[in-house]
Amino acid sequence: MTLSKQLFALTERFGALISLSLVLLLWEVGVSLFNIPTYVLPPPSDVFAAATGIAFGQWFSHSAATLKVVLAGFFAATCVSIPLAVAISSSRMASSLIMPVLIAIKATPVVAVAPIIIVVLGTGDMPRVLITFLIAFFPIVVSATTGLALAPPELISLSKSLKASGWRELWDIRLPYAVPHIFSGLKVASTLVVTGAVVGEFVAAERGLGYLVLFSTSNFDVATAFVCLGLLVGFSLLLFSCVGTVQARLFPWSLPKDATG
Amino acid sequence: MSKAITFSKVTQSFERRGQTSIQALDDLSFEIGAREFVSVLGPSGCGKSTLLQLLSGLLMPSHGTISVNDQKVTGPRDDVGIVFQKPTLLPWFDVVGNVTFPIRHKGLSVTSEIQDRAQELLELVGLKEFSARRVDELSGGMQQRVSIARALLLDPDILLMDEPFSALDALTRDEMSFELLRIWSAKKKTVLFITHSIPEALLLSDRIIVMTPRPGRVMEEINCPFQRPRSQETLGDPRFAELSNHIRGSLLKDNANQPQ
Ligand SMILES: Nc1ncnc2c1ncn2[C@@H]1O[C@H](COP(=O)(O)OP(=O)(O)O)[C@@H](O)[C@H]1O
Ligand SMILES: [Mg+2]
Repeated sequence: MTLSKQLFALTERFGALISLSLVLLLWEVGVSLFNIPTYVLPPPSDVFAAATGIAFGQWFSHSAATLKVVLAGFFAATCVSIPLAVAISSSRMASSLIMPVLIAIKATPVVAVAPIIIVVLGTGDMPRVLITFLIAFFPIVVSATTGLALAPPELISLSKSLKASGWRELWDIRLPYAVPHIFSGLKVASTLVVTGAVVGEFVAAERGLGYLVLFSTSNFDVATAFVCLGLLVGFSLLLFSCVGTVQARLFPWSLPKDATG
Repeated sequence: MSKAITFSKVTQSFERRGQTSIQALDDLSFEIGAREFVSVLGPSGCGKSTLLQLLSGLLMPSHGTISVNDQKVTGPRDDVGIVFQKPTLLPWFDVVGNVTFPIRHKGLSVTSEIQDRAQELLELVGLKEFSARRVDELSGGMQQRVSIARALLLDPDILLMDEPFSALDALTRDEMSFELLRIWSAKKKTVLFITHSIPEALLLSDRIIVMTPRPGRVMEEINCPFQRPRSQETLGDPRFAELSNHIRGSLLKDNANQPQ
């Protein structure tokens, strides 16, 4: 192998690492070169300092508060959306009754409703979980509904010719066929739930990473806000890859063939 | 000879919203004897799949009656097995899991007896070593063999096949025809085989029902005079070419008479 080929291979392998380091380097150099004040854009070194400036226990408690809402919202969205999709795909009438309501909810800017939700539901995690749910549930419903309609008509004929019940048809044929679509909906939702939890904390919270972003920026402590941002991105990516792992472990057949190797 | 399948004056039309209804089958009558291998041959759109749906009890005819083993068909029945154009296997089960699927789907448990039966059927279709494989590792022809084994699991008297080999490449298709003849000689079932291939129909059948399209009617019935077991040599029989030309001629003539 020639040297240039080796370089190519290395770049491919560590692509993300190389480009991220480059961005951090440019950022650090740029901030000091152009004398940008740290309350506008702190250099990465300041951000690292801010991360260690707050006790680990504090970071943990803020992260835990946000993650609790993220996971509860994700769980609620999954548990509501899939049965809803089953109901929608069960008949044209059910679909024409349910779909308009869902679209109306989807069309409502959740950020605008959030203060109302807080007023109605009061303090506690409930209102934030609801906001998270409202932001994340729609893609799961849509993709699951699409997936449930994808079972080949021959298999539905086979099911009918075996005199199987509607539930068995759903469980043995329609739901498994919908699995790849349900998971792509879950992947989209897994990133939306983090947004949802932060929106909830912006409106009302005493703890959490979204709350900390608001609090620290109001004190011109942008570096701490950047640390929160980094953590939120990290949680998003983690949840996203967890969904992928669950799919690969529980439903390996549902992945495209070349992806399973 | 007792009658396995009887169609008597069957008419089927489909209502379409805001449009004129489509008449798929018109006054269709024919009989099929027990353990007979009969092909229904016709161009696409002539109502062959509709005929199969009626026979399997998935659809009720607009007029006329259909009987299986001298009982009027009023719904799906266990003594009819179906093989579709595409294998439509379930990718989340292995090969043997697909063969035993009908039992589980009916809410029954897979006993060791059923397992043995599934293995036996896999051996019959030449897939004994593949029973634990994932179905997407199999070729199209092998997948269709699995779906034949699946259709035989409940030991139906009648096997309905809707253009089962038409999605396969030409070589596999010929191979599967001979495979089907071998399977049929081992498990003598009544077979209703739907196809739009003239040589396929001639090679496999005791009798061919030729249909005309729009609406589907029986144009003629043809007995296949070739001796069984059939082989490569059957294809070289001069009567094979003769009958093939005859059928092609009448289908073309009918097509010319159709209003376009
Ligand atoms: N469920 C249905 N609704 C309306 N029209 C149908 C339906 N099923 C079949 N048809 C029509 O009936 C005719 C025969 O169809 P089909 O039985 O599938 O033909 P073939 O299997 O011979 O190709 C076609 O014109 C088709 O459009
Ligand atoms: Mg058809």
